[in-house]
Amino acid sequence: MRPISYARATDIASAIGTVSADPTRAFLAGGTTEVDLLRQGVVAPSGLVDINALPLKQIESLADGGLRIGALARMSEVAEAPGVVEGFPVIAQALVLGASPQLRHMASMGGNLLQRVRCSYFRDAFSPCNKREPGSGCAALDGINRGHAILGTSEQCIATHPSDVAVALVALDAIVHVNGPSGERAIPIDDFFLLPGDTPHREHPLAHGELIMAIEVPALPMARRSLYLKVRDRESYEFALVAVAAALRVDDGVISDVRLALGGIATRPWRARRAEQILVGAPAEQASLIRAAREELAPAIPRRLNAFKIELAQRAIIRALETTASKGGAA
Amino acid sequence: MTIKESPHALRMLGPEPVEITLHVNGQVSPLLLDPRTSLLDALREHLNLTGTKKGCDQGTCGACTVWIDRRHVLACLTLAITCEGHEVTTIEGLAQGTELHPMQHAFLAHDAFQCGYCTPGQIMSAVALLEEGHASSDAEIAQWMSGNLCRCAAYPNIRAAIREVRDAKGETSYAPD
Repeated sequence: MRPISYARATDIASAIGTVSADPTRAFLAGGTTEVDLLRQGVVAPSGLVDINALPLKQIESLADGGLRIGALARMSEVAEAPGVVEGFPVIAQALVLGASPQLRHMASMGGNLLQRVRCSYFRDAFSPCNKREPGSGCAALDGINRGHAILGTSEQCIATHPSDVAVALVALDAIVHVNGPSGERAIPIDDFFLLPGDTPHREHPLAHGELIMAIEVPALPMARRSLYLKVRDRESYEFALVAVAAALRVDDGVISDVRLALGGIATRPWRARRAEQILVGAPAEQASLIRAAREELAPAIPRRLNAFKIELAQRAIIRALETTASKGGAA
Repeated sequence: MTIKESPHALRMLGPEPVEITLHVNGQVSPLLLDPRTSLLDALREHLNLTGTKKGCDQGTCGACTVWIDRRHVLACLTLAITCEGHEVTTIEGLAQGTELHPMQHAFLAHDAFQCGYCTPGQIMSAVALLEEGHASSDAEIAQWMSGNLCRCAAYPNIRAAIREVRDAKGETSYAPD
């Protein structure tokens, strides 16, 4: 781990100003990814600006039924906030099913969105990896790729996006509010996670010095019966092989509205728009769900060790939607 | 607000050693630390509090679990310099004088360890778990203790110890004052 300098920010302007002033400085929030990667030599900032004292911890239920989650609210705090548990159980479930209790106490919501991939070739600081060292190649393509992505991949990178809660937030059309050297802006979450394409080192649209302020979740009444289904190799403290965030509204036996997003199988939190398109207006019966799941996975590109995810993902989608429908049916 | 209007750049400390003050187990400790020093290394190497163990040193095993402001976290992924102004509690801070904490008694009574290396972290999580109310069933205990790995697989005995303290609880807090 190379030497670092450190400063503790007490206001947003000086935090952003200090990081912006030097391209080798970085923000430090919960540290659960950053300190780990610093020690492994995967990232090497010269200085860290500790933002943990900034007033960005509020979790607010908005008058219109939406939510505003401060970027420094901890995963554990958001998971237990009454407005989240009641209004958006998919968020609470995704959080509780992620990481461990200790990590959830540490990790911030903003940092969660910016966490780096768990691909072992990225993290070993040694193997060819286009994300860590553009142009060096991708060791995962023909390597141990059981955990890797089958959707949204490129020949440059097949690393799976590791976040659970980001999958829920993508299903809910969240908005990421940021502030930076050029002022404030709001980024729809769909635009926040970039596909690897030919630039896998670019994972999000933030400029250097831009800082996440808050995550806004628009009101969605059917989200009260939303759920997060996570399938993994062990029951707890493990990343998803496949995960599904789902919310569904059924009127008179017909699916009138649906939100569906997938984790564990794609290079970004994956909004299942192909499936959604088939489901809206379709009869709320298993045949519709099967058709939608098959359509969503049609573009999947499996690798040597992860082809099982195609079938697993379809089954998980069907189960998640059936479970959601059985929890309430007509809204 | 436009940041360009606010030129207050912060003064960066380090990379040479920096004077910091840690509050650990009710004691105030001035230290001279490289900013890279983890809380785990500060406790073990600088404060001689070796009860907190270094297992994986990458946030996976839970052996280094301590409390910061009474929440259980991982000392290996925490930079010591970020702990200024916060209260750190380690396994050494759990006993009241020579009287062991009820969870420490229960771990002894239920033989909730073999090699003992993960035990301090297990106990710090176990006490926090009861404080937070996540111990209603064995399944819930297993789920909320999953951040603490035990290579000897003493898990059934660890759960038994936690159940005993849970069931013996009166109106008092699990955490020391």
